[in-house]
Amino acid sequence: MTRRAVADREDVLGVLMLAPSLAYVILLVGVPFFLAILLSFSNATAGSLRFEWAGFGNYGAILGDPIFQRALRNSVVVTVGSQALVVVLATAAAQVFRATFRGKRFARFILLLPWAVPVSLAAIAWTWIFDSTFSVINWTLKAAGLLHGWLYWLGDPALALVAIIIVQAWRILPFATVIVLAGLASIPQEIVEAAIVDGAGFWRRLFQVELPLLLPVVTVAVLFGVVYTATDLGVVYILTGGGPANTTHVLPTLAFQRGILGADLGQGAAIAVFLLPFLIVVAVAMLRLARRAEVGAR
Amino acid sequence: MAGVEIRNLKKYFGDLHAVDGVDLSIREGEFLVLLGSSGSGKTTLLRMIAGLEHPTSGEIYIGGVRVDGDVPPRARGIAMVFQSYALYPHRTVFKNIAFPLEASRVPRQQIEAKVRWAAEMFSISRYLDRYPRQLSGGERQRVALCRALVRDPKVFLLDEPLANLDAKLRNTARDDLKRFQRQIGTTTVYVTHDQIEAMGLGDRIVVMEHGKVRQVGTPQDVYEDPVDTFVATFVGQPPMNLLDLGDPSLPPRTLLGFRPEHFLPRSTFAAGEDVRAFRFSVRRVEYLGSDRYVYGAVAESATPDATVIAKLPGTIAQAIPEGETQEFAVPRAALRYFDADTGLRRRS
Repeated sequence: MTRRAVADREDVLGVLMLAPSLAYVILLVGVPFFLAILLSFSNATAGSLRFEWAGFGNYGAILGDPIFQRALRNSVVVTVGSQALVVVLATAAAQVFRATFRGKRFARFILLLPWAVPVSLAAIAWTWIFDSTFSVINWTLKAAGLLHGWLYWLGDPALALVAIIIVQAWRILPFATVIVLAGLASIPQEIVEAAIVDGAGFWRRLFQVELPLLLPVVTVAVLFGVVYTATDLGVVYILTGGGPANTTHVLPTLAFQRGILGADLGQGAAIAVFLLPFLIVVAVAMLRLARRAEVGAR
Repeated sequence: MAGVEIRNLKKYFGDLHAVDGVDLSIREGEFLVLLGSSGSGKTTLLRMIAGLEHPTSGEIYIGGVRVDGDVPPRARGIAMVFQSYALYPHRTVFKNIAFPLEASRVPRQQIEAKVRWAAEMFSISRYLDRYPRQLSGGERQRVALCRALVRDPKVFLLDEPLANLDAKLRNTARDDLKRFQRQIGTTTVYVTHDQIEAMGLGDRIVVMEHGKVRQVGTPQDVYEDPVDTFVATFVGQPPMNLLDLGDPSLPPRTLLGFRPEHFLPRSTFAAGEDVRAFRFSVRRVEYLGSDRYVYGAVAESATPDATVIAKLPGTIAQAIPEGETQEFAVPRAALRYFDADTGLRRRS
């Protein structure tokens, strides 16, 4: 008698094969996510098992808190600033990498390097670049005669934000460049040639033909970049730790400081959850835009 | 308006000689067709005229001005239509047609007027607000022609513009294209692998193979007086029959060529007509409505297995039974002679 083996039963096999990834998502993403939402409505603290309902108390508290307001603003500034920088630089880099030149492979390897370096290590290297005494940027500018005073990169709130934006952009750039390159490669050669024959120069071709056709792809790159940047804890935590005087916090670092270091789990969770609607709005807006930008759609 | 002059033009891609020494003189207002199979170099030649490809050596003159050096495509006074039409998918039909005008900084009102004039000419005015993907293949092709027309080019370069249309549409599109070219009278270079298109459109046809020009001439020249066996068999459907008869009255190694439509039953010719008769053993008859193709072999041939095709018009009602040998004949005036070794035509 022949019996059906597990491999013959697609329904069972499917469930079996999906189980590991489902378990992973449920246990390590789903549970913490719902726990965070739950905690954000409680006044739970680290180090005690007390759990009391706090309603919107935590949200009320953080909304009235100037440090939170500042962190929220910083999150927006850093995300928008770094992504704007990334879009411009990635488009430029993609144009360069489309051409053939000596050492292209090596240059591409260098370009992709930031993507392979762990964030924490890279951030530590950047703290040296922005160091108050040894900053290579300052010394280079000085040697070139462009800087007369001194820039305290991580000591000045505005400059510190600029530093954070630079590092975040540096981190996303390789990924964005690769995506834009793929997008450029997907533009039919005949369309580019038609534009050349039609008399369009480099800039007209870039802005009126290539970029519009790249828009859906760039949107995806930006969407990823926004999510990576807005949820990143490491760069700000290592570069400035939220300082000086809590002026450079972003939502993840503030949530970590309040919830874990400050032991106020409820408020920390509320700050972290605050990211969620922000990101959902961004994602929906971006996807809408991408759909509208899709070739010839109305 | 202007002619195009090409002198000893070459384009090598590494070891591949895509265009291998082409001399060509395209007259002002002429409709010239470059005909060849894929890899014959016809598209590379067109792209060099357009300036999308740099020649390895040789000279190109458009309207008497040498352009093969550093003259960019936009300064050559050409307009090109691509096989895929290459419409800008994110721009409406209007903005597609307006693009070359915007690129040459034509004032806005003039652009508007020009686009409407061109759209009127190709009767696509109704589609000006649509996007390319909302149009059919034939409509897209007309948009592409419009976009080429508004530039007032000295030369039109068309790269297989009908290849993506279905067979039915291709006939009317061909007619439209020819009428349009006659109307504006602009020099046109048209690339195709389709000999029917070439015959129907071209004032002259350039037959190309392996980067070289085999023959230049009117459709009649190319069809009736092919210079070699390549042209003889490339142009015409079904191709010209070539027989090695080993006939002592002819110089040795001579191929005898005749078109299938000249190869008819002996009885269709008058008794006194000057014909050459053959014993034709019929293998198969294909009924195609307007014609019958008769496949078989000629016994006198040195290669008696070689397939010989006769094309009988529907007006010949005579029954041709398969498997029997029949008396067929070709008018002597329709016979062509080629050298079996070089493939070149023999005028004897």
